[in-house]
Amino acid sequence: MATVSTSNRLASVPTTEPAILVVDDLVMRFVTADGGVTALDHVSFGVKPGEFLAVIGPSGCGKSTLFNIVGGLLGGYAGAVTVGGETISGPHASIGMVFQEESTFPWRNVLDNVGFPLEISGVPKRERIERARHFISMVGLDGFEKRYPSELSGGMRQRVSMARTLASEPKILLMDEPFAALDEQTRLLLGDKVLQIQQQLEQTTLLITHNITEAVQLADRILVMTYRPGRVKRIVDINLPRPRTSEIVSSEPFGRYVAQIWNDLREEASRGLSDAETRPLRTHDKPQGQP
Amino acid sequence: MSTARLIAPRWLPPMVGLASVVALLAVVELLIRVGLINRFIVPLPSEVATSFARVIAEEGIFQRFLQTAWECFAASILLATFGITIGVVMHRLPLLRRACETWVAAFASAPLVLAYPLFLVLFGRSTTTIIMLAFLSGLPPVILKTLEGLSATRRVLINVGKSFKLTPAQQFWKILLPSALPTIFVGIRLGMIFALINVVGVEFLINFGGLGQLINELAERYDLPGVYAAICFVILVSVIFFVVTERAERWLRSAA
Repeated sequence: MATVSTSNRLASVPTTEPAILVVDDLVMRFVTADGGVTALDHVSFGVKPGEFLAVIGPSGCGKSTLFNIVGGLLGGYAGAVTVGGETISGPHASIGMVFQEESTFPWRNVLDNVGFPLEISGVPKRERIERARHFISMVGLDGFEKRYPSELSGGMRQRVSMARTLASEPKILLMDEPFAALDEQTRLLLGDKVLQIQQQLEQTTLLITHNITEAVQLADRILVMTYRPGRVKRIVDINLPRPRTSEIVSSEPFGRYVAQIWNDLREEASRGLSDAETRPLRTHDKPQGQP
Repeated sequence: MSTARLIAPRWLPPMVGLASVVALLAVVELLIRVGLINRFIVPLPSEVATSFARVIAEEGIFQRFLQTAWECFAASILLATFGITIGVVMHRLPLLRRACETWVAAFASAPLVLAYPLFLVLFGRSTTTIIMLAFLSGLPPVILKTLEGLSATRRVLINVGKSFKLTPAQQFWKILLPSALPTIFVGIRLGMIFALINVVGVEFLINFGGLGQLINELAERYDLPGVYAAICFVILVSVIFFVVTERAERWLRSAA
């Protein structure tokens, strides 16, 4: 086990440029009725400034656990997560999270949703509105400032959540399958939006996903995880030109990357599938050592 | 078919609502006139309509209306203040919640109005007795609905708050409370219904104060049209309070 984690670390943390986000030898175990499950097993990687890293894996590989740990929402793990050299213990101001589920505030209109983090940090109203409008227009929702989430489509709401997180100007954007609930076409178009924003802000991004095309479309590197226990199986560099758009999905290198990642994932996904058929996953298992 | 033809104009639903009430009254009028309903038990709707002028002129209805409305208002303020506070405390302290939720729910169905002699001893034959009884009988639904609303706050919204490093106070005022507000207002409306029933009921029982006392007096005089006219004013109190809470809810949600 020790050799695996060492080799992972050597392979993933770039030696040329220091990583802004470092996940170092993360181990997370959950207590279940029939013993324990190791969700993350000596996971190590780094994300360089301005880089877009996608973490991909089958259901049950600990992706969401990783998201919650990096976001500071989950404790009780071994190993460390550092941001700019500082070890995190709880939500970190440099990390902005975009959640998989619908997470807009239904009682606030778009402008007030996006202005929320600015309101919390005490930005005066006039400046807050100005900055919120800037990010609303960045996600392409001009003209919807006064609308409430209930009046918007799922894709638009997810863009509101993203604009809200961007408004807090995080150093690192952490996203957990933000487009999982959307249809494929909307997903590709929102992917374009993400690419555009990432280019514009040079935003360091860590995307958790199970969607191969999404990962290849967006990322500079893709980290493939194994099915339970979640380990780093491989890190693939995506050498597709930037700036990119969703048109890239029809290119030949894109297809090759998708095939390569699927090759890595297929074995893991089928292990997950057969496991799920014999032992249903419990969703409310508790982390070890937590009350 | 165009969608415009499917959408009814704004005035149509209230007009249909009004028409249905008029139709119902017409049916009652007819049933009384043909003798299927005894007119010594149920007065003719047309007689009730003509008695409004008399009740307003002779019985000081506006002053009584204000009295009942004031008692109801005072009870509602107490309800909201104590009900929400107790609900929040019980949500904060799971032990207290587990210990007390069942008997608060049991308290909700208790016929508290039967304890009015006790309140008479405590507060005398006064407005205070009426307000206190109304307040206590409307309290349980506010507590229970506050608890329900706070507990139903979606996990992801709480996580959004955590990710923006909200303080516990901000987490409460900016996320938990606005998220729970619609459910809390369901509780307040329920509590107000109980409160109004008790205000009028106790006024009737102890023959003191506003519309309840008037209904008592008119009934003793066997002025049935007058009784029904007075009941219409009780309904008016209830309508006003519903409109006010609806406005308050919308304002609070937008202010959060």
